[in-house]
Amino acid sequence: MSTLILVEHRDGALAASTAHVIAAARALGGEVDLLVAGEGVDAVAAAAARLDGVRAVLTADHAVYAHQLAEPMAALIVACVDDYSHLLAAASSSGKDILPRVAALKGVPQISDIIAIEAPDTFKRPIYAGSAIATLSNHAPLKVVSVRTSAFDAVAETGSAEIRALDIVVDNTLSTFVGDELATNSGPELGSARVIVSGGRGLGSSENFQLLDGVAVKLGAAIGASRAAVDAGYASNDLQVGQTGKVVAPDLYIAVGISGAIQHLAGMKDSKVIVAINQDEEAPIFGIADYGLVGDLFEVMPALESRL
Amino acid sequence: MKVLVGVKRVIDYNVKVRVRPDQSDVDLTNTKMAMNPFCEIAVEEALRLKERGVASEIVAVSIGPKAAQEQLRTALALGADRAIHIESEERLDSLEVAQVLARIVAEEQPGLVILGKQAIDSDNNQTGQMLAALTGMGQGTFASRLEVTDEEVQVTREVDGGLRTLALRLPAVITTDLRLNEPRHARLPDIMKAKKKPIDSRGIDTVGLAANDYLRLERVETPAARQGGSKVASVDELVDKLKHEAKVL
Repeated sequence: MSTLILVEHRDGALAASTAHVIAAARALGGEVDLLVAGEGVDAVAAAAARLDGVRAVLTADHAVYAHQLAEPMAALIVACVDDYSHLLAAASSSGKDILPRVAALKGVPQISDIIAIEAPDTFKRPIYAGSAIATLSNHAPLKVVSVRTSAFDAVAETGSAEIRALDIVVDNTLSTFVGDELATNSGPELGSARVIVSGGRGLGSSENFQLLDGVAVKLGAAIGASRAAVDAGYASNDLQVGQTGKVVAPDLYIAVGISGAIQHLAGMKDSKVIVAINQDEEAPIFGIADYGLVGDLFEVMPALESRL
Repeated sequence: MKVLVGVKRVIDYNVKVRVRPDQSDVDLTNTKMAMNPFCEIAVEEALRLKERGVASEIVAVSIGPKAAQEQLRTALALGADRAIHIESEERLDSLEVAQVLARIVAEEQPGLVILGKQAIDSDNNQTGQMLAALTGMGQGTFASRLEVTDEEVQVTREVDGGLRTLALRLPAVITTDLRLNEPRHARLPDIMKAKKKPIDSRGIDTVGLAANDYLRLERVETPAARQGGSKVASVDELVDKLKHEAKVL
């Protein structure tokens, strides 16, 4: 039994998700190798090699893998996954894009977004926006699994795995990279932040959404948003927390002006401590909040900022 | 250009799902069902492509129980030209659905396939990517904007860091994200007219699917409920509790 993990990286930096996926792979048992594909990946490979519990870091460095487009990435993985029993990646936008393509090319199903491992072939995952937890067993020769990173603690960085370059170059005539418009959010990343301050429709406008900034800066928090706030244009899409956005589990989640639709709760209800600030005392968010404060958020937020 | 859109019958997004007492699955008896919201966005995008003169014909396809024809009728009322229903009372995994869709793609030869990025029941987010793989097409997943020309589609995708734009050679598979469009509602006269539009319904046994037995649903449980509901009276009390009781500040 052995696992290949697709490593996620951006702008020459290793994504935090990989250390969590390795933790899931170690729970399976067996050897763990990482695959780093891209153009100019030496620094990412070196950082990946420091993660604990890794046997080897395989690199595929070529212009065709730049931007990690799904078509060439899937073809590459198909070419090097034969020796493995498991293929894992984070259930991030990149993992969600690439992994099912690999699974289909290999003629096997995928289990998405696992939150626990019962046995090397048996996994738990949320369904129906987290209203139910399914346990599935996978009897395919290659088990393709995407991992909810917030459900597995990151491994440490004291390793020194071997780095080995693969000489595999694939064709890509299907897709071309045009451009990125990456949001410039200051502060920590949503997926790895210890504290998240998240805003909803109750904020009323994109100007008001900046009310969150003061508290977020004081707490070193990442900013999040409900779908309603993103749809209304108060916040950018990459901030959306929920069933179809990001799933987070910080130590502290402060929901501001968020009513608490089940689709939003699906993305944050595993946070350690939840605070809800809302004018409507009937808002469902209070039902799951450890500390609810009913009040006008335009008074509460400045007051909170001044007391932190 | 012919556009193929996928339509899945799922639990209505407002309905809270129940788990069966024997933990064999969720209980959907007498539950309100609807078109998967991401499929509504797929249908809407196809309609807009037709209104712009890019699409010439819209074919809606659903794989599922007989009752899935209700959702196909909705797609027809919204403006799809015809529908294909592959009837299967058994639950299929995403790979099997993609394999059936690949058959339909081979028959219909669409210039573009638009599917929802995920269904709100299984939350898998797999079928579009798998269909693209099986048909050798490029994939534009989690789309928030499409621009179709004769040779290619430019698709802007919602990704973790923000937005990414790709150009895909046609034919291609697109999966919809929330911000692609706001779906319209069907008008009553169109609902009446849709009753006359054709649905080509066939059994799953007619498509030559080699079903796999790789995935088995072992059990379904209700997650542990979160204990919440306590309130604080002031910002001062909140900060005090966060510092001294929860110890997160």
